[in-house]
Amino acid sequence: MQAFTTLTGLVAPLDRVNVDTDQIIPKQFLKTIKRTGLREGLFFDWKKKKDGSPDQEFFLNQPRYQSATILLTRDNFGCGSSREHAPWALLDQGFRCVIAPSFADIFYNNCFQNGILPVVLKSDEVLSVMKEVLGKEGYQLTVDLGNQTVTTPGGTTYRFDIDPFRKDCLYRGLDSIGLTLQHEPAITAYETRRKTEAPWLFADLRP
Amino acid sequence: MAGTTLFDKIWESHVVRAEPDGTTLLYIDRQLVHEVTSPQAFEGLKIAGRRPRRPAATLAVPDHNVPTTDRTLAIADPISAKQIQTLEENCRDFGITLFSMNDIRQGVVHVIGPEQGFTLPGTTIVCGDSHTSTHGAFGALAFGIGTSEVEHVLVTQCLVQNRPKTMEIRVDGTLPDRCSAKDIILAIIGKIGTAGGTGYVIEFTGSAIRALSMEGRMTLCNMSIEGGARAGMVAPDDKTIAYIQGRPLAPKGDLFEDAVRAWQQLKTDSNARYDATVTLRAEDIAPQVSWGTSPGMVTGVDQNVPDPRTMSDEKTKHATERALEYMGLSPNMPITDIQIDKVFIGSCTNARIEDLRLAASFAKGKKVAKTVHAMVVPGSGLVKQQAEAEGLDRVFREAGFEWREAGCSMCLAMNADVLQPGERCASTSNRNFEGRQGAGGRTHLVSPAMAVAAAVEGHFVDIRNWN
Repeated sequence: MQAFTTLTGLVAPLDRVNVDTDQIIPKQFLKTIKRTGLREGLFFDWKKKKDGSPDQEFFLNQPRYQSATILLTRDNFGCGSSREHAPWALLDQGFRCVIAPSFADIFYNNCFQNGILPVVLKSDEVLSVMKEVLGKEGYQLTVDLGNQTVTTPGGTTYRFDIDPFRKDCLYRGLDSIGLTLQHEPAITAYETRRKTEAPWLFADLRP
Repeated sequence: MAGTTLFDKIWESHVVRAEPDGTTLLYIDRQLVHEVTSPQAFEGLKIAGRRPRRPAATLAVPDHNVPTTDRTLAIADPISAKQIQTLEENCRDFGITLFSMNDIRQGVVHVIGPEQGFTLPGTTIVCGDSHTSTHGAFGALAFGIGTSEVEHVLVTQCLVQNRPKTMEIRVDGTLPDRCSAKDIILAIIGKIGTAGGTGYVIEFTGSAIRALSMEGRMTLCNMSIEGGARAGMVAPDDKTIAYIQGRPLAPKGDLFEDAVRAWQQLKTDSNARYDATVTLRAEDIAPQVSWGTSPGMVTGVDQNVPDPRTMSDEKTKHATERALEYMGLSPNMPITDIQIDKVFIGSCTNARIEDLRLAASFAKGKKVAKTVHAMVVPGSGLVKQQAEAEGLDRVFREAGFEWREAGCSMCLAMNADVLQPGERCASTSNRNFEGRQGAGGRTHLVSPAMAVAAAVEGHFVDIRNWN
């Protein structure tokens, strides 16, 4: 997994609440057996008008946001389906950071598995930055994971919270499975104890 | 000493180790796998040269892509076929039990887990699918995960987790006649909102919950995720134990007796504290119909479509305007004036035998309206077999419903069962997101009884006084 330390990048605004993962990437793109190449599916239905032509109002179709690496959005981003195709598609488009007042739990977890930093800022902070982004072409933010800050071009700095363990894993780009495998003796000890406490959980499950 | 909740007891008994900040390595007893969210996990295993730690603790089934029409024909969509074939190859390569498409035990992953006795009280259960919360109906801690975590569980039988908070949702009293678990959970989501449960595990309590069958409890827990909670649960009781006993993968003999003794201890202590509590009165719950593009946009069938002009909160107002535009509805129109084109009875929410019995009892002797296309998709091959043994398929067919093979079908329309743009569907599924049942399609979430009545009348009706 790619490490995340600091990122200074162009910000794209998605001014909607409750953006669900069906919108981030619709079902027809879930038939793939790969993690890559999902950019085409990102916000697929929102990129088009009813007649199928590109909707120039939608941010992803606007030239000014083409090289954005930070997505700024509203409450409860990533709700609904657990599909990890959502962060894969965001990553494929070039996003490394999503900023919102709140995230759905599964999406939030999935980001960390893919080197994407989800940042929770207060609602009024997001609204204030949203206004600035919409008002100024080329608007960039600096996201500093080490110091847990987001800094605007005007020098305003917002602090965000993150669990220390998750932060460390993302900061160093650690392989989560490899990390757990270091605790193999603890897993074996747990299983040994559990086999006497709850032996029915270890009965042969093959039908 | 302060008591502990049902959630606390299950969590504590699965801690392998904890980091200084509380991040926990949690042991996972059971994993369910389907074709859509697993290929990249198995690919990860192959690339890293890793093997599953306990292949026998995993059960796999294709459900999202499978056709619900004649299974003797090849799958028309080659990409769907490839995904199902990939699951078969991966299960063979890694020694994982698979119920293949033509196995009578095949079905929606959250229907077959309980049906086979794979789902047990006090266990941790995961699946790369957000509706894994369904299994919480048995007093299990069951939640959806991403594909990277599917891989993590295959290799280590553990997950790295942060301890969620606990929320009690208490529903006391008696439901109005013909109202069901689906109406309870829709009313709850309407009350707490789609993010109301974010960061929480919900325990459903109260006399109206105790009165529900296991099927009803599964419907309830299934949609916990629609309220933002990764997991919902109901403490096990005699109904739970009776449901499990004798199922193919359930413990047998002395092991079963030992398990039952442990399961009887699985309940929240009277002096335990939840981090939040929400209460509803069952008597106040009318048959629910969603009108918008998020499960929280829901109201009683006797109400009107809301009017965004009366809303003071800018965020809610804007979201409502957008939803009404997408749904093609006018503010203040009565819910019962909404005309529908399609009816879908199925999904991991409402496609178990009890749902089909209830739906058939309302469909008996009736005819689907000429303007409506209606289909019934059983939750599993075994549910279908049982329904046919009881003659339910005949009731549905005679009323003009199509009777299909088991699968996820039009809940998310990954197979050929898709809404056309602008089509309006009364659906017993769990999500009414934009395009969920097909690009441009419009979904109204309802109970099976409400879906049947809508199919017959061509528009929503109040099931409480329908005859």
